[in-house]
Amino acid sequence: MNQILDGLLKMVSDWNGKFEGAFNIRENGGCAGRRSTEHIKIETKQDKPGLDIRILPGTKGESVSIPACVTHGGVDDLTYNDFYVGEDADVTIVAGCGVHTETGEPARHNGVHRFFLAKGARVKYLEKHVGTGKGAGIRRIDPVTEVFMEEDAVMIMETSQIGGVDSTARITHATLGKNAKLHIHERLLTEGVQQARTEFEVVMNGAGAGVDLISRSVARGDSRQSYRSVITGNAPCTGHSECDAIIGENGSVAAAPELVANNADAALIHEAAIGKIAGEQILKLQTLGLTEREAEAKIVEGFLR
Amino acid sequence: MLELKDIVWRAPDGEAILKGVSLTVPDDTLMAITGPNGGGKTTLARVIAGLEKPESGAILLDGEDITNLNVTERARRGVSYAFQQPVRFKGLLVRQLLELAAGGEMGERRMCEVLSRVGLCAREYIDREVNATLSGGEIKRIEIATVLLRHTRLTIFDEPEAGIDLWSFGNLIDVFKDLREHMHGSMLIISHQERILQIADRIAVIAGGVLTREGAAGEVFPELMSDAGGNRACCGRREGFAG
Ligand SMILES: Nc1ncnc2c1ncn2[C@@H]1O[C@H](COP(=O)(O)OP(=O)(O)OP(=O)(O)O)[C@@H](O)[C@H]1O
Ligand SMILES: [Mg+2]
Repeated sequence: MNQILDGLLKMVSDWNGKFEGAFNIRENGGCAGRRSTEHIKIETKQDKPGLDIRILPGTKGESVSIPACVTHGGVDDLTYNDFYVGEDADVTIVAGCGVHTETGEPARHNGVHRFFLAKGARVKYLEKHVGTGKGAGIRRIDPVTEVFMEEDAVMIMETSQIGGVDSTARITHATLGKNAKLHIHERLLTEGVQQARTEFEVVMNGAGAGVDLISRSVARGDSRQSYRSVITGNAPCTGHSECDAIIGENGSVAAAPELVANNADAALIHEAAIGKIAGEQILKLQTLGLTEREAEAKIVEGFLR
Repeated sequence: MLELKDIVWRAPDGEAILKGVSLTVPDDTLMAITGPNGGGKTTLARVIAGLEKPESGAILLDGEDITNLNVTERARRGVSYAFQQPVRFKGLLVRQLLELAAGGEMGERRMCEVLSRVGLCAREYIDREVNATLSGGEIKRIEIATVLLRHTRLTIFDEPEAGIDLWSFGNLIDVFKDLREHMHGSMLIISHQERILQIADRIAVIAGGVLTREGAAGEVFPELMSDAGGNRACCGRREGFAG
Protein backbone atom coordinates (compact mmCIF):
# COMPACT_ATOMS: atom_id res chain seq x y z
CA MET A 1 0.00 0.00 0.00
CA ASN A 2 1.38 3.44 -0.80
CA GLN A 3 2.29 5.79 2.01
CA ILE A 4 -0.19 8.51 1.11
CA LEU A 5 -3.12 6.08 1.29
CA ASP A 6 -1.80 4.60 4.52
CA GLY A 7 -1.47 8.10 6.01
CA LEU A 8 -4.95 9.19 4.95
CA LEU A 9 -6.51 5.98 6.28
CA LYS A 10 -4.87 6.52 9.66
CA MET A 11 -6.29 10.02 9.80
CA VAL A 12 -9.86 9.25 8.81
CA SER A 13 -10.47 5.80 10.26
CA ASP A 14 -9.11 3.41 12.87
CA TRP A 15 -6.80 1.81 10.31
CA ASN A 16 -3.66 0.38 11.89
CA GLY A 17 -2.49 -1.72 8.97
CA LYS A 18 -5.76 -3.64 9.14
CA PHE A 19 -9.39 -3.22 10.04
CA GLU A 20 -11.46 -5.09 12.57
CA GLY A 21 -14.76 -6.18 11.08
CA ALA A 22 -16.14 -5.56 7.62
CA PHE A 23 -14.50 -2.99 5.39
CA ASN A 24 -14.07 -1.60 1.93
CA ILE A 25 -11.24 0.73 0.97
CA ARG A 26 -11.95 2.98 -1.97
CA GLU A 27 -8.83 4.46 -3.59
CA ASN A 28 -9.19 6.90 -6.48
CA GLY A 29 -12.48 5.32 -7.47
CA GLY A 30 -11.19 1.73 -7.34
CA CYS A 31 -11.37 -0.92 -4.65
CA ALA A 32 -8.16 -1.41 -2.64
CA GLY A 33 -9.52 -4.08 -0.32
CA ARG A 34 -12.79 -5.49 0.96
CA ARG A 35 -14.11 -7.91 3.53
CA SER A 36 -17.67 -8.93 4.26
CA THR A 37 -18.50 -10.78 7.45
CA GLU A 38 -21.15 -13.27 8.39
CA HIS A 39 -23.55 -10.47 9.32
CA ILE A 40 -22.38 -7.58 7.16
CA LYS A 41 -22.40 -8.02 3.40
CA ILE A 42 -20.67 -5.51 1.14
CA GLU A 43 -21.45 -5.67 -2.59
CA THR A 44 -20.59 -3.52 -5.59
CA LYS A 45 -23.55 -1.70 -7.07
CA GLN A 46 -24.53 -2.80 -10.55
CA ASP A 47 -26.10 0.37 -11.93
CA LYS A 48 -23.71 3.05 -10.66
CA PRO A 49 -20.47 3.43 -8.73
CA GLY A 50 -20.70 2.52 -5.07
CA LEU A 51 -21.68 -0.16 -2.60
CA ASP A 52 -24.71 -1.84 -1.11
CA ILE A 53 -24.03 -2.69 2.49
CA ARG A 54 -26.47 -5.00 4.19
CA ILE A 55 -26.34 -5.40 7.93
CA LEU A 56 -28.45 -8.35 9.00
CA PRO A 57 -31.15 -7.97 11.64
CA GLY A 58 -29.88 -8.44 15.16
CA THR A 59 -26.20 -7.88 14.33
CA LYS A 60 -24.64 -6.58 17.54
CA GLY A 61 -21.42 -4.79 18.32
CA GLU A 62 -19.87 -5.11 14.86
CA SER A 63 -18.32 -2.40 12.79
CA VAL A 64 -17.96 -1.61 9.12
CA SER A 65 -15.41 0.83 7.71
CA ILE A 66 -15.69 2.23 4.22
CA PRO A 67 -12.98 4.87 3.88
CA ALA A 68 -12.62 6.63 0.54
CA CYS A 69 -9.36 8.29 -0.43
CA VAL A 70 -8.11 10.34 -3.31
CA THR A 71 -4.32 10.18 -3.31
CA HIS A 72 -3.41 12.49 -6.17
CA GLY A 73 -4.63 15.42 -8.22
CA GLY A 74 -6.77 15.12 -11.32
CA VAL A 75 -9.31 12.80 -9.67
CA ASP A 76 -13.01 13.60 -9.38
CA ASP A 77 -14.52 10.65 -7.58
CA LEU A 78 -18.24 10.06 -7.12
CA THR A 79 -19.73 7.17 -5.17
CA TYR A 80 -23.14 6.05 -3.92
CA ASN A 81 -23.20 3.91 -0.82
CA ASP A 82 -26.42 2.49 0.58
CA PHE A 83 -26.59 0.99 4.06
CA TYR A 84 -29.48 -1.28 4.93
CA VAL A 85 -29.44 -1.76 8.68
CA GLY A 86 -31.68 -4.61 9.81
CA GLU A 87 -34.08 -4.66 12.74
CA ASP A 88 -32.45 -4.35 16.16
CA ALA A 89 -28.95 -4.32 14.74
CA ASP A 90 -26.46 -2.24 16.73
CA VAL A 91 -23.37 -1.30 14.75
CA THR A 92 -20.69 1.30 14.16
CA ILE A 93 -20.14 2.62 10.66
CA VAL A 94 -16.97 4.54 9.88
CA ALA A 95 -16.89 6.46 6.62
CA GLY A 96 -13.83 8.66 6.53
CA CYS A 97 -12.63 10.51 3.50
CA GLY A 98 -9.21 11.90 2.68
CA VAL A 99 -8.12 13.85 -0.36
CA HIS A 100 -4.51 14.51 -1.26
CA THR A 101 -2.97 16.47 -4.09
CA GLU A 102 0.49 17.88 -4.69
CA THR A 103 0.42 18.46 -8.41
CA GLY A 104 -1.62 21.64 -8.48
CA GLU A 105 -4.53 19.70 -9.94
CA PRO A 106 -7.79 19.37 -8.01
CA ALA A 107 -8.72 16.30 -5.97
CA ARG A 108 -12.37 15.74 -5.22
CA HIS A 109 -14.48 13.15 -3.51
CA ASN A 110 -18.23 13.25 -3.57
CA GLY A 111 -19.96 10.56 -1.54
CA VAL A 112 -23.69 10.06 -1.44
CA HIS A 113 -24.55 7.94 1.57
CA ARG A 114 -28.01 6.63 2.30
CA PHE A 115 -28.92 4.90 5.52
CA PHE A 116 -32.07 2.83 5.91
CA LEU A 117 -32.55 1.97 9.57
CA ALA A 118 -35.17 -0.68 10.22
CA LYS A 119 -37.22 -0.82 13.41
CA GLY A 120 -35.08 -0.60 16.53
CA ALA A 121 -31.77 -0.41 14.64
CA ARG A 122 -28.95 1.56 16.24
CA VAL A 123 -26.10 3.07 14.33
CA LYS A 124 -23.11 5.05 15.40
CA TYR A 125 -21.85 6.79 12.29
CA LEU A 126 -18.43 8.41 12.28
CA GLU A 127 -17.36 10.56 9.39
CA LYS A 128 -13.97 12.23 9.38
CA HIS A 129 -12.67 14.33 6.52
CA VAL A 130 -9.19 15.63 5.82
CA GLY A 131 -7.26 17.24 3.02
CA THR A 132 -3.48 16.92 2.75
CA GLY A 133 -0.61 17.76 0.45
CA LYS A 134 1.00 20.93 -0.81
CA GLY A 135 0.34 23.04 -3.86
CA ALA A 136 -2.56 25.01 -5.19
CA GLY A 137 -4.70 22.03 -6.26
CA ILE A 138 -8.16 22.38 -4.74
CA ARG A 139 -9.05 19.68 -2.20
CA ARG A 140 -12.75 19.22 -2.22
CA ILE A 141 -15.17 16.93 -0.37
CA ASP A 142 -18.90 17.15 -0.94
CA PRO A 143 -20.79 14.60 1.12
CA VAL A 144 -24.51 13.99 0.85
CA THR A 145 -26.06 11.98 3.67
CA GLU A 146 -29.64 10.77 3.69
CA VAL A 147 -31.06 8.96 6.67
CA PHE A 148 -34.39 7.13 6.85
CA MET A 149 -35.30 5.98 10.31
CA GLU A 150 -38.12 3.62 11.19
CA GLU A 151 -39.76 3.24 14.56
CA ASP A 152 -37.38 3.23 17.55
CA ALA A 153 -34.28 3.55 15.39
CA VAL A 154 -31.36 5.49 16.87
CA MET A 155 -28.52 7.11 15.01
CA ILE A 156 -25.57 9.00 16.42
CA MET A 157 -23.72 10.82 13.71
CA GLU A 158 -20.37 12.41 14.44
CA THR A 159 -18.72 14.30 11.66
CA SER A 160 -15.55 16.28 11.64
CA GLN A 161 -13.53 18.20 9.15
CA ILE A 162 -10.60 19.82 10.85
CA GLY A 163 -8.55 21.63 8.25
CA GLY A 164 -7.01 20.92 4.91
CA VAL A 165 -10.17 20.83 2.81
CA ASP A 166 -10.43 23.85 0.52
CA SER A 167 -14.04 23.58 -0.39
CA THR A 168 -16.88 21.57 1.00
CA ALA A 169 -20.63 21.40 0.58
CA ARG A 170 -22.20 19.11 3.16
CA ILE A 171 -25.82 18.15 2.84
CA THR A 172 -27.61 16.01 5.39
CA HIS A 173 -31.26 14.96 5.22
CA ALA A 174 -33.09 12.79 7.71
CA THR A 175 -36.63 11.49 8.08
CA LEU A 176 -37.66 10.12 11.45
CA GLY A 177 -40.47 7.72 12.28
CA LYS A 178 -42.13 7.03 15.61
CA ASN A 179 -39.74 7.33 18.59
CA ALA A 180 -36.73 7.49 16.32
CA LYS A 181 -33.83 9.49 17.77
CA LEU A 182 -31.13 11.24 15.83
CA HIS A 183 -28.07 12.92 17.34
CA ILE A 184 -25.76 14.87 15.10
CA HIS A 185 -22.51 16.39 16.23
CA GLU A 186 -20.67 18.28 13.53
CA ARG A 187 -17.25 19.87 13.88
CA LEU A 188 -15.76 22.07 11.27
CA LEU A 189 -12.62 24.15 11.02
CA THR A 190 -11.72 26.35 8.08
CA GLU A 191 -8.68 28.54 7.59
CA GLY A 192 -6.90 30.38 4.79
CA VAL A 193 -9.32 30.90 1.93
CA GLN A 194 -11.27 27.69 2.56
CA GLN A 195 -15.01 27.58 2.15
CA ALA A 196 -17.58 25.35 3.79
CA ARG A 197 -21.30 25.14 3.37
CA THR A 198 -23.36 22.84 5.55
CA GLU A 199 -27.06 22.12 5.33
CA PHE A 200 -29.28 19.98 7.51
CA GLU A 201 -32.86 19.08 6.91
CA VAL A 202 -34.56 16.90 9.49
CA VAL A 203 -38.21 15.94 9.23
CA MET A 204 -39.91 14.26 12.18
CA ASN A 205 -43.03 12.40 11.14
CA GLY A 206 -43.53 10.01 14.05
CA ALA A 207 -44.76 10.72 17.55
CA GLY A 208 -41.94 10.72 20.09
CA ALA A 209 -39.24 11.36 17.50
CA GLY A 210 -36.32 13.52 18.58
CA VAL A 211 -33.35 15.22 17.03
CA ASP A 212 -30.40 16.86 18.71
CA LEU A 213 -28.23 18.72 16.25
CA ILE A 214 -25.01 20.28 17.47
CA SER A 215 -22.72 22.11 15.13
CA ARG A 216 -19.47 23.65 16.29
CA SER A 217 -17.26 25.48 13.91
CA VAL A 218 -14.23 27.70 13.77
CA ALA A 219 -13.55 30.04 10.85
CA ARG A 220 -10.08 31.58 10.78
CA GLY A 221 -7.97 33.44 8.25
CA ASP A 222 -10.13 34.62 5.35
CA SER A 223 -12.30 31.50 5.37
CA ARG A 224 -16.05 31.55 4.95
CA GLN A 225 -18.74 29.24 6.22
CA SER A 226 -22.45 29.05 5.89
CA TYR A 227 -24.77 26.98 8.02
CA ARG A 228 -28.40 26.24 7.35
CA SER A 229 -30.69 23.91 9.23
CA VAL A 230 -34.37 23.19 8.89
CA ILE A 231 -36.01 21.06 11.55
CA THR A 232 -39.61 20.16 10.86
CA GLY A 233 -41.94 18.60 13.41
CA ASN A 234 -45.04 16.97 11.92
CA ALA A 235 -45.93 15.08 15.09
CA PRO A 236 -45.47 15.41 18.84
CA CYS A 237 -41.68 15.41 18.91
CA THR A 238 -38.64 17.27 20.20
CA GLY A 239 -36.03 19.08 18.19
CA HIS A 240 -32.99 20.93 19.43
CA SER A 241 -30.30 22.52 17.36
CA GLU A 242 -27.30 24.42 18.52
CA CYS A 243 -24.96 26.22 16.19
CA ASP A 244 -21.87 27.66 17.82
CA ALA A 245 -19.19 29.33 15.81
CA ILE A 246 -15.92 30.96 16.74
CA ILE A 247 -14.54 33.39 14.24
CA GLY A 248 -11.03 34.78 14.22
CA GLU A 249 -9.08 37.13 11.98
CA ASN A 250 -11.20 37.78 8.87
CA GLY A 251 -13.26 34.60 9.10
CA SER A 252 -16.93 34.78 8.33
CA VAL A 253 -19.89 32.63 9.33
CA ALA A 254 -23.49 32.98 8.20
CA ALA A 255 -26.00 30.90 10.16
CA ALA A 256 -29.61 30.45 9.16
CA PRO A 257 -31.45 28.10 11.46
CA GLU A 258 -35.07 27.38 10.69
CA LEU A 259 -37.72 25.59 12.72
CA VAL A 260 -41.04 24.43 11.32
CA ALA A 261 -43.70 23.13 13.68
CA ASN A 262 -46.75 21.60 12.05
CA ASN A 263 -48.01 20.09 15.26
CA ALA A 264 -48.81 21.91 18.49
CA ASP A 265 -46.84 19.33 20.46
CA ALA A 266 -43.69 19.68 18.43
CA ALA A 267 -41.20 21.27 20.85
CA LEU A 268 -38.45 22.84 18.79
CA ILE A 269 -35.58 24.93 20.08
CA HIS A 270 -32.68 26.57 18.39
CA GLU A 271 -29.63 28.20 19.90
CA ALA A 272 -26.98 30.02 17.91
CA ALA A 273 -23.94 31.99 18.90
CA ILE A 274 -21.24 33.41 16.67
CA GLY A 275 -18.35 35.43 17.90
CA LYS A 276 -14.71 35.53 18.77
CA ILE A 277 -13.33 33.61 21.73
CA ALA A 278 -14.55 35.17 24.98
CA GLY A 279 -11.84 37.35 26.49
CA GLU A 280 -12.39 35.91 29.97
CA GLN A 281 -11.66 32.41 28.65
CA ILE A 282 -8.29 33.49 27.33
CA LEU A 283 -7.53 35.39 30.54
CA LYS A 284 -8.40 32.40 32.72
CA LEU A 285 -5.97 30.16 30.86
CA GLN A 286 -3.35 32.90 30.95
CA THR A 287 -3.64 32.96 34.74
CA LEU A 288 -2.66 29.28 34.57
CA GLY A 289 0.54 30.26 32.75
CA LEU A 290 -0.46 29.79 29.11
CA THR A 291 0.36 32.46 26.56
CA GLU A 292 -2.48 34.10 24.70
CA ARG A 293 -1.80 31.94 21.62
CA GLU A 294 -1.59 28.75 23.63
CA ALA A 295 -4.81 29.66 25.39
CA GLU A 296 -6.61 30.24 22.09
CA ALA A 297 -5.35 26.96 20.70
CA LYS A 298 -6.57 25.02 23.77
CA ILE A 299 -9.96 26.71 23.69
CA VAL A 300 -10.43 25.87 20.01
CA GLU A 301 -9.17 22.31 20.52
CA GLY A 302 -11.67 21.75 23.32
CA PHE A 303 -14.46 23.42 21.40
CA LEU A 304 -13.93 21.14 18.41
CA ARG A 305 -13.28 18.02 20.44
CA MET B 1 5.64 39.47 49.57
CA LEU B 2 3.16 41.58 47.63
CA GLU B 3 3.29 45.35 47.69
CA LEU B 4 0.67 47.58 46.13
CA LYS B 5 1.58 51.24 45.80
CA ASP B 6 -1.11 53.81 45.24
CA ILE B 7 -3.11 51.79 42.69
CA VAL B 8 -5.60 53.79 40.63
CA TRP B 9 -7.99 52.11 38.18
CA ARG B 10 -10.74 53.67 36.16
CA ALA B 11 -13.69 51.98 34.47
CA PRO B 12 -13.89 52.46 30.70
CA ASP B 13 -16.48 55.21 31.29
CA GLY B 14 -13.86 57.18 33.23
CA GLU B 15 -15.19 56.61 36.75
CA ALA B 16 -12.44 56.00 39.30
CA ILE B 17 -13.05 52.59 40.88
CA LEU B 18 -9.76 52.19 42.77
CA LYS B 19 -8.71 55.55 44.12
CA GLY B 20 -5.16 55.00 45.29
CA VAL B 21 -4.85 51.71 47.15
CA SER B 22 -1.61 50.86 48.96
CA LEU B 23 -1.32 47.54 50.71
CA THR B 24 1.42 45.11 51.73
CA VAL B 25 0.92 41.38 52.17
CA PRO B 26 4.01 39.96 53.92
CA ASP B 27 5.29 36.45 53.32
CA ASP B 28 3.73 33.64 55.25
CA THR B 29 0.57 35.64 55.71
CA LEU B 30 -3.07 34.92 54.98
CA MET B 31 -4.78 38.22 54.42
CA ALA B 32 -8.54 38.49 54.10
CA ILE B 33 -9.99 41.37 52.16
CA THR B 34 -13.54 42.32 52.92
CA GLY B 35 -15.82 45.29 52.41
CA PRO B 36 -19.16 46.27 50.92
CA ASN B 37 -20.38 45.03 47.54
CA GLY B 38 -19.02 47.16 44.75
CA GLY B 39 -16.19 48.44 46.94
CA GLY B 40 -13.46 47.40 44.48
CA LYS B 41 -12.16 44.08 45.88
CA THR B 42 -12.47 42.08 42.67
CA THR B 43 -11.08 44.94 40.65
CA LEU B 44 -8.04 45.00 42.93
CA ALA B 45 -7.56 41.24 42.55
CA ARG B 46 -7.79 41.54 38.77
CA VAL B 47 -5.24 44.35 38.81
CA ILE B 48 -2.86 42.18 40.85
CA ALA B 49 -3.24 39.21 38.49
CA GLY B 50 -2.78 41.47 35.47
CA LEU B 51 -6.30 41.11 34.06
CA GLU B 52 -6.71 44.87 34.37
CA LYS B 53 -4.02 47.50 33.94
CA PRO B 54 -3.91 50.23 36.59
CA GLU B 55 -3.87 53.83 35.42
CA SER B 56 -1.13 54.57 37.94
CA GLY B 57 0.63 52.94 40.85
CA ALA B 58 2.97 49.98 41.15
CA ILE B 59 2.71 46.27 41.98
CA LEU B 60 5.75 44.52 43.44
CA LEU B 61 6.10 40.79 43.91
CA ASP B 62 9.03 39.87 46.14
CA GLY B 63 10.54 43.25 45.34
CA GLU B 64 10.20 42.89 41.56
CA ASP B 65 8.04 45.47 39.80
CA ILE B 66 5.48 43.41 37.87
CA THR B 67 3.19 46.33 36.95
CA ASN B 68 4.01 46.07 33.27
CA LEU B 69 3.99 42.30 32.99
CA ASN B 70 1.06 40.61 31.28
CA VAL B 71 -1.16 37.93 32.82
CA THR B 72 0.94 35.03 31.57
CA GLU B 73 4.19 36.51 32.83
CA ARG B 74 2.72 37.14 36.26
CA ALA B 75 1.28 33.63 36.36
CA ARG B 76 4.72 32.24 35.58
CA ARG B 77 6.25 34.35 38.34
CA GLY B 78 3.88 32.80 40.82
CA VAL B 79 0.59 34.66 40.88
CA SER B 80 -2.61 32.60 40.98
CA TYR B 81 -6.13 33.93 40.92
CA ALA B 82 -9.36 32.01 41.49
CA PHE B 83 -12.07 34.03 39.78
CA GLN B 84 -15.14 35.25 41.64
CA GLN B 85 -17.11 34.23 38.58
CA PRO B 86 -15.44 31.16 37.10
CA VAL B 87 -15.27 30.99 33.33
CA ARG B 88 -17.04 28.24 31.44
CA PHE B 89 -15.63 26.58 28.33
CA LYS B 90 -17.73 24.65 25.84
CA GLY B 91 -16.00 21.39 25.00
CA LEU B 92 -13.06 21.62 27.40
CA LEU B 93 -13.10 18.76 29.91
CA VAL B 94 -12.55 19.17 33.64
CA ARG B 95 -9.59 16.82 33.23
CA GLN B 96 -8.06 19.06 30.56
CA LEU B 97 -8.55 22.24 32.57
CA LEU B 98 -6.90 20.64 35.60
CA GLU B 99 -3.97 19.48 33.48
CA LEU B 100 -3.50 22.97 32.11
CA ALA B 101 -3.43 24.22 35.68
CA ALA B 102 -0.97 21.53 36.77
CA GLY B 103 1.21 22.25 33.74
CA GLY B 104 1.24 18.69 32.43
CA GLU B 105 -0.41 15.31 32.46
CA MET B 106 -1.96 14.18 35.70
CA GLY B 107 -2.52 10.65 36.80
CA GLU B 108 -5.93 9.51 38.00
CA ARG B 109 -4.67 9.59 41.58
CA ARG B 110 -3.63 13.21 41.51
CA MET B 111 -6.94 14.19 39.90
CA CYS B 112 -8.76 12.36 42.65
CA GLU B 113 -6.63 14.00 45.29
CA VAL B 114 -7.20 17.57 44.20
CA LEU B 115 -10.89 17.12 43.42
CA SER B 116 -11.58 15.43 46.71
CA ARG B 117 -9.95 18.38 48.48
CA VAL B 118 -12.68 20.55 47.01
CA GLY B 119 -15.28 17.89 47.74
CA LEU B 120 -15.85 16.48 44.26
CA CYS B 121 -15.67 12.86 43.24
CA ALA B 122 -13.17 12.62 40.39
CA ARG B 123 -14.94 9.77 38.65
CA GLU B 124 -18.08 11.85 38.24
CA TYR B 125 -16.39 14.99 37.02
CA ILE B 126 -13.14 14.56 35.10
CA ASP B 127 -14.85 13.72 31.83
CA ARG B 128 -17.47 16.42 32.08
CA GLU B 129 -17.22 19.60 30.10
CA VAL B 130 -16.51 22.82 31.95
CA ASN B 131 -19.71 24.21 30.46
CA ALA B 132 -23.01 25.63 31.61
CA THR B 133 -24.26 22.24 32.80
CA LEU B 134 -22.02 22.42 35.88
CA SER B 135 -23.84 23.97 38.82
CA GLY B 136 -22.61 27.18 40.41
CA GLY B 137 -21.07 25.35 43.35
CA GLU B 138 -19.49 22.68 41.16
CA ILE B 139 -17.74 25.15 38.88
CA LYS B 140 -16.61 27.16 41.89
CA ARG B 141 -14.99 24.07 43.36
CA ILE B 142 -13.26 23.28 40.09
CA GLU B 143 -12.03 26.87 39.92
CA ILE B 144 -10.54 26.50 43.39
CA ALA B 145 -8.93 23.20 42.37
CA THR B 146 -7.18 24.85 39.40
CA VAL B 147 -5.52 27.25 41.80
CA LEU B 148 -4.67 24.61 44.42
CA LEU B 149 -2.71 22.74 41.76
CA ARG B 150 -0.38 25.63 41.11
CA HIS B 151 1.42 25.99 44.46
CA THR B 152 2.37 29.58 43.77
CA ARG B 153 3.92 32.35 45.84
CA LEU B 154 0.82 34.49 45.78
CA THR B 155 -2.60 32.91 45.70
CA ILE B 156 -5.76 34.98 45.48
CA PHE B 157 -9.22 33.54 46.07
CA ASP B 158 -12.17 35.75 45.20
CA GLU B 159 -15.16 34.84 47.37
CA PRO B 160 -14.36 31.13 47.42
CA GLU B 161 -17.33 30.50 49.69
CA ALA B 162 -19.86 31.80 47.15
CA GLY B 163 -22.19 28.99 46.12
CA ILE B 164 -20.55 26.41 48.39
CA ASP B 165 -23.16 24.56 50.43
CA LEU B 166 -23.43 24.61 54.20
CA TRP B 167 -22.22 21.02 54.54
CA SER B 168 -19.02 21.57 52.57
CA PHE B 169 -18.15 24.92 54.03
CA GLY B 170 -16.26 23.43 56.95
CA ASN B 171 -14.10 21.40 54.59
CA LEU B 172 -13.31 24.47 52.56
CA ILE B 173 -12.13 26.23 55.71
CA ASP B 174 -9.91 23.24 56.42
CA VAL B 175 -8.44 23.48 52.93
CA PHE B 176 -7.48 27.10 53.54
CA LYS B 177 -6.09 26.33 57.00
CA ASP B 178 -4.00 23.57 55.49
CA LEU B 179 -2.81 25.84 52.67
CA ARG B 180 -1.94 28.44 55.27
CA GLU B 181 0.23 25.89 57.08
CA HIS B 182 2.09 24.70 53.99
CA MET B 183 2.31 27.75 51.76
CA HIS B 184 5.53 29.35 50.64
CA GLY B 185 4.46 32.93 50.11
CA SER B 186 1.24 34.74 50.77
CA MET B 187 -2.44 34.24 50.31
CA LEU B 188 -5.26 36.72 49.77
CA ILE B 189 -8.86 35.69 50.30
CA ILE B 190 -11.62 38.09 49.36
CA SER B 191 -14.59 37.16 51.49
CA HIS B 192 -17.72 38.26 53.29
CA GLN B 193 -17.67 35.23 55.56
CA GLU B 194 -16.94 35.58 59.27
CA ARG B 195 -15.43 32.12 59.43
CA ILE B 196 -12.94 32.94 56.72
CA LEU B 197 -12.06 36.27 58.34
CA GLN B 198 -11.43 34.34 61.54
CA ILE B 199 -8.70 32.16 60.05
CA ALA B 200 -6.86 35.15 58.53
CA ASP B 201 -3.69 36.62 60.00
CA ARG B 202 -4.58 40.08 58.81
CA ILE B 203 -7.72 41.75 57.52
CA ALA B 204 -8.02 44.60 55.02
CA VAL B 205 -11.21 46.50 54.32
CA ILE B 206 -11.81 48.04 50.90
CA ALA B 207 -14.76 50.39 50.55
CA GLY B 208 -15.53 52.99 47.94
CA GLY B 209 -12.28 52.22 46.14
CA VAL B 210 -10.00 52.95 49.09
CA LEU B 211 -8.39 50.92 51.85
CA THR B 212 -10.28 51.96 54.96
CA ARG B 213 -8.67 49.64 57.51
CA GLU B 214 -5.84 47.13 57.64
CA GLY B 215 -4.44 45.35 60.63
CA ALA B 216 -4.01 42.16 62.61
CA ALA B 217 -7.14 40.03 62.39
CA GLY B 218 -7.43 39.96 66.17
CA GLU B 219 -7.93 43.72 66.19
CA VAL B 220 -9.88 44.31 63.00
CA PHE B 221 -12.34 41.42 63.30
CA PRO B 222 -14.06 42.63 66.51
CA GLU B 223 -14.36 46.12 65.03
CA LEU B 224 -16.04 44.72 61.93
CA MET B 225 -18.50 42.77 64.03
CA SER B 226 -19.60 45.85 65.92
CA ASP B 227 -19.71 47.86 62.65
CA ALA B 228 -22.04 45.29 61.17
CA GLY B 229 -24.42 46.00 64.04
CA GLY B 230 -24.05 49.67 63.26
CA ASN B 231 -25.26 49.01 59.75
CA ARG B 232 -28.41 47.45 61.01
CA ALA B 233 -28.95 50.45 63.29
CA CYS B 234 -28.51 52.67 60.24
CA CYS B 235 -31.34 50.87 58.48
CA GLY B 236 -33.50 51.19 61.52
CA ARG B 237 -32.75 54.90 61.71
CA ARG B 238 -33.70 55.41 58.13
CA GLU B 239 -36.98 53.64 58.67
CA GLY B 240 -37.55 55.75 61.71
CA PHE B 241 -36.84 58.91 59.72
CA ALA B 242 -39.32 57.95 57.02
CA GLY B 243 -42.00 57.19 59.57
N1 LIG C 1 -15.44 47.25 33.57
C1 LIG C 1 -16.20 47.99 34.40
N2 LIG C 1 -16.99 48.96 33.92
C2 LIG C 1 -17.74 49.70 34.74
N3 LIG C 1 -17.79 49.54 36.07
C3 LIG C 1 -17.02 48.59 36.60
C4 LIG C 1 -16.20 47.76 35.80
N4 LIG C 1 -15.57 46.88 36.60
C5 LIG C 1 -15.99 47.15 37.84
N5 LIG C 1 -16.85 48.18 37.85
C6 LIG C 1 -17.50 48.77 39.02
O1 LIG C 1 -16.52 48.93 40.00
C7 LIG C 1 -17.06 48.74 41.27
C8 LIG C 1 -16.22 47.73 42.03
O2 LIG C 1 -16.46 46.45 41.48
P1 LIG C 1 -15.81 45.16 42.10
O3 LIG C 1 -16.26 44.00 41.29
O4 LIG C 1 -14.37 45.36 42.24
O5 LIG C 1 -16.51 45.12 43.53
P2 LIG C 1 -16.34 44.08 44.71
O6 LIG C 1 -15.79 44.80 45.87
O7 LIG C 1 -15.61 42.89 44.27
O8 LIG C 1 -17.86 43.72 45.01
P3 LIG C 1 -18.54 42.33 45.44
O9 LIG C 1 -18.41 42.22 46.93
O10 LIG C 1 -19.99 42.54 45.07
O11 LIG C 1 -17.92 41.24 44.68
C9 LIG C 1 -18.51 48.32 41.07
O12 LIG C 1 -19.33 49.44 41.27
C10 LIG C 1 -18.53 47.89 39.64
O13 LIG C 1 -19.79 48.09 39.08
MG1 LIG D 1 -16.10 40.95 43.90
